[in-house]
Amino acid sequence: MRVDASVEGLLRTLAAPVLGALVRRYGDFYRCEDAVQEALISAVGTWPRTGVPAQPLGWLKTVAARRYLDQLRTDTARERRERAVLHATPRDALVAPPPDLEPVRDDLLELLFLCCHPALAPSAQVALTLRAVGGLSTAEIAAAFLVPEKTMGQRISRAKQRLRDADARFELPPQPERGPRLQAVLHVLYLLFNEGYSASSGPVLQRTDLTRQALWLARRLHDRLPNSGETVGLLALMVLTEARSATRTGPGGSLVPLSEQDRSRWDQAAITEGIALVTRSLAMRPLGPYQIQAAIAAVHTEAPSTEATDWPQILGLYQVLDRLAPSPVATLNRAVALAKVRGPEAGLALLGELESGPLAGNHRLLAVRAHLLEHAGERVDAAAAYREAARLAGSRAEQRFLVQQAVRCTE
Amino acid sequence: MKYLMLVYGNEEIWNTLAPADLAVLISEVDVFNDALAESGELVSAEGLVPQARSVRMAHGGPVVTDGPYLEAKEYVGSFFVVDVDVDQRALDIAQSYPGLRYGGSVEVWPFMPGGWVRR
Repeated sequence: MRVDASVEGLLRTLAAPVLGALVRRYGDFYRCEDAVQEALISAVGTWPRTGVPAQPLGWLKTVAARRYLDQLRTDTARERRERAVLHATPRDALVAPPPDLEPVRDDLLELLFLCCHPALAPSAQVALTLRAVGGLSTAEIAAAFLVPEKTMGQRISRAKQRLRDADARFELPPQPERGPRLQAVLHVLYLLFNEGYSASSGPVLQRTDLTRQALWLARRLHDRLPNSGETVGLLALMVLTEARSATRTGPGGSLVPLSEQDRSRWDQAAITEGIALVTRSLAMRPLGPYQIQAAIAAVHTEAPSTEATDWPQILGLYQVLDRLAPSPVATLNRAVALAKVRGPEAGLALLGELESGPLAGNHRLLAVRAHLLEHAGERVDAAAAYREAARLAGSRAEQRFLVQQAVRCTE
Repeated sequence: MKYLMLVYGNEEIWNTLAPADLAVLISEVDVFNDALAESGELVSAEGLVPQARSVRMAHGGPVVTDGPYLEAKEYVGSFFVVDVDVDQRALDIAQSYPGLRYGGSVEVWPFMPGGWVRR
């Protein structure tokens, strides 16, 4: 169904407040979430015909509450045990109060913390966040992750059951837990963004725009937590990465590396915004990996060309990143920067350290190795490494790109 | 991360299984599939009819022949696709496949991420 973009956008912003209001009223996330989904679907079917109601939030709350109670009645007919719940609910609570009697509250944070609960696996956290906070339908989420709708539906209902079993609360976690829980939320948004980013390398079969979803959620989170350095950092990283998106792919979805991208086509408004965010986030302590990655992205976007890039600064930032959050991927990127600053041999020597670690046999390690060999003038070895990288590549687009590099080295 | 699980059957073992054992195996596989479907990890599961044909280049053109399992004892009997969070989970699933205890084997093939890109 083709829905007017403005209606779609409005529904997306209303999904979380409606769900928040319902969960606060009835306390049952499992059923409330279903009810809100049904209300959203109902709005998608009705609003384009009837026009958006004067009080869209109130409309959705009323419909969702009705659905919730219908569902509760149906369920209680089956489960006598739960009849008590219905009877215990005061009659007037069964009717939604007029929308203007309830203050509009922003429950985004509580919802995000709930959907990214530690009892859930990352894929479940991502799916539930998209549905409960992003207002996407199960079908849309399934299409975005290329799994059948049934699989995704099952994953979401299992996630909700887990939350119920874990007695997860719809409230902000106590202060000492809040840091790690926020990390989990940021990680989910980061996963979402990356999923969309790697999928956007061409017109892929009807994938919902996950990148846009991730950015939207990160913006909302940033509205609520403007002084969380890592939240600002993650938003900056997304904004700066998005600023280059138009130039990342060539015709037919082929990969265009940073060094060959047409920088005049980068989104200058987004770069200005991203750099302002980075500057602000770097003044916040403690520093975290998203802030540093955003700073690296900022240095790249500010440079007029690869040659004119401030590589010593990038190298320094990767060293900080490797200390803050040591990972072979950070070391791999540090090797590229090191090669730019001190020559390909220095980079190759650092790669040597990685070849016995978890990245051994990884296509990215091989691709970087090939790239540095090429710059060192070892074209035969470079071609072989590119071919090996292509064989193990992570996607068709990368595979095609790496094969082309191998061809270039043998010309 | 998606994985293709190729389930190999063994004709000899299959043919010598007592019907009661066969019934047990089939119901165990049903339970196995149901559990994966319920956890939201099962993408698809299909059984294959052992009537595969092989298409190869020969004498300057593609030729269709019986096989490739005509002479082999082992053949691909079914496959399923799972979508899991970590590599180890895929291996755990493969290791819990009921057919293993009846002489079958499972190959675990990771998907190239990103899917098929329409050009």
